Amino acid sequence: MSTILIIEQVLNGLQFGVMLFLMAAGLTLIFGVMGLINLAHGSLYMTGAFAAAVTAAATGSFLMGLAAALAAAALAGALVELLVIRRLHDKDHLDQVLATFALILIFSEGTRWLYGSFPLYLDIPAALSGPVTLPGGIQYPLYRLTLIGIGIGVALALWGLIARTRLGIRIRAGENDREMIAALGVDISRLYTLVFALGAALAGLAGALVGAIQSVQVGMGEPVLILAFVVIVIGGIGSIKGAFVGALLVGLTDTLGGIFLPELFKLVMEPARATSLGASLASMAIYVLMAAVLIWRPTGLYGARV
Amino acid sequence: MMNFTKRALAALALAGTVASPAIAEGVKVGMITTLSGGGAGLGIDVRDGFMLAVEQSGRSDIEVVIEDDQRKPDIAVQLADKMIQSEKVDVLTGIIWSNLAMAVVPSATAQGKFYLSPNAGPSALAGAGCHQNYFNVAWQNDNLHEAAGAYANSAGYANSFILAPNYPAGQDALTGYKRFYTGALAGELYTTLGQTDYAAEIAQIRASGADSVFFFLPGGMGISFLKQYADSGVGLPVVGPAFSFDQGILQAVGDAALGVRNTSQWSKDIDNPTNAAFVASFQEKYGRLPSLYASQGFDTANLLISALDKAAVTDADAFRAALKAADFASTRGDFAFGPNHHPIQDIYVREVVREGDVLTNKIVGIALENHADAYAAECKM
Repeated sequence: MSTILIIEQVLNGLQFGVMLFLMAAGLTLIFGVMGLINLAHGSLYMTGAFAAAVTAAATGSFLMGLAAALAAAALAGALVELLVIRRLHDKDHLDQVLATFALILIFSEGTRWLYGSFPLYLDIPAALSGPVTLPGGIQYPLYRLTLIGIGIGVALALWGLIARTRLGIRIRAGENDREMIAALGVDISRLYTLVFALGAALAGLAGALVGAIQSVQVGMGEPVLILAFVVIVIGGIGSIKGAFVGALLVGLTDTLGGIFLPELFKLVMEPARATSLGASLASMAIYVLMAAVLIWRPTGLYGARV
Repeated sequence: MMNFTKRALAALALAGTVASPAIAEGVKVGMITTLSGGGAGLGIDVRDGFMLAVEQSGRSDIEVVIEDDQRKPDIAVQLADKMIQSEKVDVLTGIIWSNLAMAVVPSATAQGKFYLSPNAGPSALAGAGCHQNYFNVAWQNDNLHEAAGAYANSAGYANSFILAPNYPAGQDALTGYKRFYTGALAGELYTTLGQTDYAAEIAQIRASGADSVFFFLPGGMGISFLKQYADSGVGLPVVGPAFSFDQGILQAVGDAALGVRNTSQWSKDIDNPTNAAFVASFQEKYGRLPSLYASQGFDTANLLISALDKAAVTDADAFRAALKAADFASTRGDFAFGPNHHPIQDIYVREVVREGDVLTNKIVGIALENHADAYAAECKM
């Protein structure tokens, strides 16, 4: 196992982690500010990917695709908030889970109705395709390197937004005391729509960026959604910083676990059984991580103390 | 000659209608397949191919009930119960996924129904668990992987890196490849089922010193893998079964698939009149090129029709014998059933090529001729 391989895998873990962060940030923002569980967040990710694929195919420009993904996901998010979520604020979480689960089905069938059952084509822009050679002779795909950059950039921008702007102050205030900021004259329902659209846009961005290296198809958001939930549970619900650290932890654990666990088992058993057992355990690794974090800190790494 | 046979068959069918009320009752087919969720493209193609053959036969005595299993075993079982008990179907078909087939087929055949599999071919149903009323019109699961292994030898690959998802069909795939592949293994990996990011696996391939890559990653998994593999610049030759290079997903994979060799029992350029007519009529009716799955649905319906021409479904023994004879014009050319009612057929090597602005496959050779499966000897029926 060479150092080059290990460094490459760490980069892979980082890249996976920052993409998870884009999903988890929106999810945790919506949960933190609005107290709402949104299972349909994966559908917004899918909406972004489809919008990007359709627009990129029509215009031939990946950037136009990205813009369309942000717009479509934000719009879909705002509409969902206005039409459905608004009625669920005072209901308990079970009602929210049911309603947003129904939204998953509506989004999936709607997308199928619009675009059919076959996956769509979205390719990496030519300028970013192919590998680059990093110091030390490591070959790494340029697009994935760009994704790491974009993810960190978005994380910084989001941190700036929350920590340094008026909107951020309102979002933080909304997290702490909904009635009080309403009493202070903040239009809370507009704030909610805005937060929801922002979270949706982040999911849409992730969908479009990841869609270029993976498949753009109906149901693509659900596996990511589960991981995003793991991330916010580890990071602490409502915390952007927690989502970032949690996402990197999950990304690295998942990537490195898949490599090193089978290797580890090969030391003590025959290769075929080691790969099979190692692979099974590796797919559990992030849940083991989640359990370990929760034993140590029941509210997550940066969760509010209860 | 063709005309004569057709007329004779028509006369025979007519005579049958008059003589035996059983045939007049026709046949009721229950199709349980995946029409929603991740694998919907496969089920839709099987359904469309099947219905095209039924329509072309011009028969009005075939009734098909179609239901969506959503790729979930529990739903497939419920649908099968409903079809057998309240719809009173005679023949079941349509299942795409092996785990669903394992949940439905044994109980359906035990209740005296016929099951014609247009896709799933788990080894358990080919070997000790075979049944006289179960026919597989596609392949036994291992077949295409075995052919990939045989092709790897002939291409001179001696150090393959192999990977598949960690579930029964994935394990069968690697077993199938290794059954025929004679070279060394640079690495053997099981990935998570439904995994979409293969960066870690690709890094291992890069570091392994392999001279070729074999993978079995059906559906969206294969699209993700191929796109990421192409972008990684690893550049080793790739072999795989047709599932990741089929018509339904090739456009989504894009240029990353160009030049890749894959193994299949069917291809749109197999040179026989049935296939040519099938490809043309499928494209005309549905506005897209048919896939492997569409051809399997089409062949399944034609097998059923050929059996109906000879016997009534109510006469189970005669109907079974008529199915076993496989006396229909297959899109694949030669087709026969082995002793365990699984196909004996040629498996081709195809290459992904661009025709105009469409990616598709072209046959470049035969991997295995008249190939049967490895489990037939264990089948006692």
